Amino acid sequence: MAGTDTRVDTTKDGPSTAGDPRDTQELAGLEAGLDALESVPSGRTPLRETLVRKVLPPLTAVALVLVVWQLLVWAEVAPDYKLPAPSAVWDEVTDAWRQGTLLDYIWTSVSRGLLGFLMALAIGTPLGLLVARVTFVRAAVGPILSGLQSLPSVAWVPPAVLWLGLNNSMMYAVILLGAVPSIANGLVAGIEQIPPLFLRAGRTLGATGLREARHIVMPAALPGYLAGLKQGWAFSWRSLMAAEIIASSPDLGVGLGQLLENGRNNASMSQVFLAIFLILLVGIAIDLLIFSPLERRVLRGRGLLVTR
Amino acid sequence: MTTTVTGAGEDAPAVTYAARIEHVSKSFPAPGTPGGQQLVLDDITLDVAPGEFVTLLGASGCGKSTLLNLVAGLDLPSAGSIRTDGRPALMFQEHALFPWLTAGRNIELALKLRGVAKPERRAEAERLLDLVRLQGAYGKRVHELSGGMRQRVALARALAQDSRLLLMDEPFAALDAINRDVLHDELTHLWRETGLSVLFVTHNVREAVKLAQRVVLLSSRPGRIAREWTVGVPQPRRIEDSAVAELSVEITEELRREIRRHGRH
Repeated sequence: MAGTDTRVDTTKDGPSTAGDPRDTQELAGLEAGLDALESVPSGRTPLRETLVRKVLPPLTAVALVLVVWQLLVWAEVAPDYKLPAPSAVWDEVTDAWRQGTLLDYIWTSVSRGLLGFLMALAIGTPLGLLVARVTFVRAAVGPILSGLQSLPSVAWVPPAVLWLGLNNSMMYAVILLGAVPSIANGLVAGIEQIPPLFLRAGRTLGATGLREARHIVMPAALPGYLAGLKQGWAFSWRSLMAAEIIASSPDLGVGLGQLLENGRNNASMSQVFLAIFLILLVGIAIDLLIFSPLERRVLRGRGLLVTR
Repeated sequence: MTTTVTGAGEDAPAVTYAARIEHVSKSFPAPGTPGGQQLVLDDITLDVAPGEFVTLLGASGCGKSTLLNLVAGLDLPSAGSIRTDGRPALMFQEHALFPWLTAGRNIELALKLRGVAKPERRAEAERLLDLVRLQGAYGKRVHELSGGMRQRVALARALAQDSRLLLMDEPFAALDAINRDVLHDELTHLWRETGLSVLFVTHNVREAVKLAQRVVLLSSRPGRIAREWTVGVPQPRRIEDSAVAELSVEITEELRREIRRHGRH
């Protein structure tokens, strides 16, 4: 018993001797244990679950709309030149496909829309960065930029036609005027929401000026920026459709807006429906294939994606 | 050596301090009274010797975080001068890791901003993670780490700056007691291994005594140096060591006396 007491005394002195390797080892083991206890495993949801939870509901909704539509046609609520049957619209699709024009319609508009969007991206990004970071520019341009967002871009079609004529440049001008403010504003909002702590941390690490913009500000603002891009795309697409409907010329080729306008001139409701569906489909597809995965990736990487 | 931001250059033969704070005062515009100034720090003079571990202790409103910001160069003093041996590293109460980067990339960014060449960064980041015993954490995202692990990555990132002086602003205040205890031992271990100077801000008396060679007590509103203690107990210490406990009791008494003074007027 007396022996145990003395040993207790030595261990009391023990930690005081410098650099005890046993102590270091103990600490390492303790930390490893804590780390294992406190780490939360994060995994992806299995494919089956995604299908059931994310894909099935919208498909059901689409099916339901088709059923209601067919029922309305059968009930003859309107003459068929006002309400064509789903099968009539489907015939338009197969006709256009057989003539090889369907993909042409889509590609004419999508290539215009994407190219215009990329130009808007190249202009809107530095503009947003300037507005957010330079006080004078912010005071001067900020309010105009947010105001422009509420101006329907159709309003730009008449002046664009007068300035640039009936050509592709006029289309791009309308897209730019619609999308640049959204993209710039999204970036400004993203930058405003950066926690000040990140900026302080960046500055202590030596990030100033352009290096701060590149390594701290832009990545920290990315979620807001992406939301701006998403909206910018929606605005690009809408502006382009407005421009295509209003400004038609044989050299411009037939895009989806033109297809819609042709349907009206031919008094072909099924062609009008086809055009509207294609416009809707492209808008949804681009969002689903490009922006949503991008956004989810960014949010998941930061642990910001709340599942369910 | 990195070129110095505020003071001692490379031509200075021997730097006898890691930080030299001389007659520093700081006031902020007082809210409510236009043109009025509120004095937050009053005539602070304090040296941190190379390799020294100093804790700044005080109740809220003593301006200890303000002082740390001044030493870090994030703000300028209203009067007096601050010189440091190179740019100091700073660790916050929140981990302040960038969530868009993995643990390893966070450290690599600090290395990159310091000017370390690309091929060396990966190995250096791994070495630093090893130092805080997070070997497997290189590819982990910040949200996948526990609170204690995040602070250890933040510590590794601060070490990546290769500063002679590490400033710590209540870095363990948000951790639970078990993790805090472990990180105290980790920090002591690292400090002894690297020979860094540390200026550590806290409101926790026992923490201050457990870690430091010197404890500096600040009074509140305005912050002034009230008293200083040298802690003679050899490291590593335990919070339960009787010498640590005795000194903690003495310092707590003094701290309470300082706080009571404010209740009288």
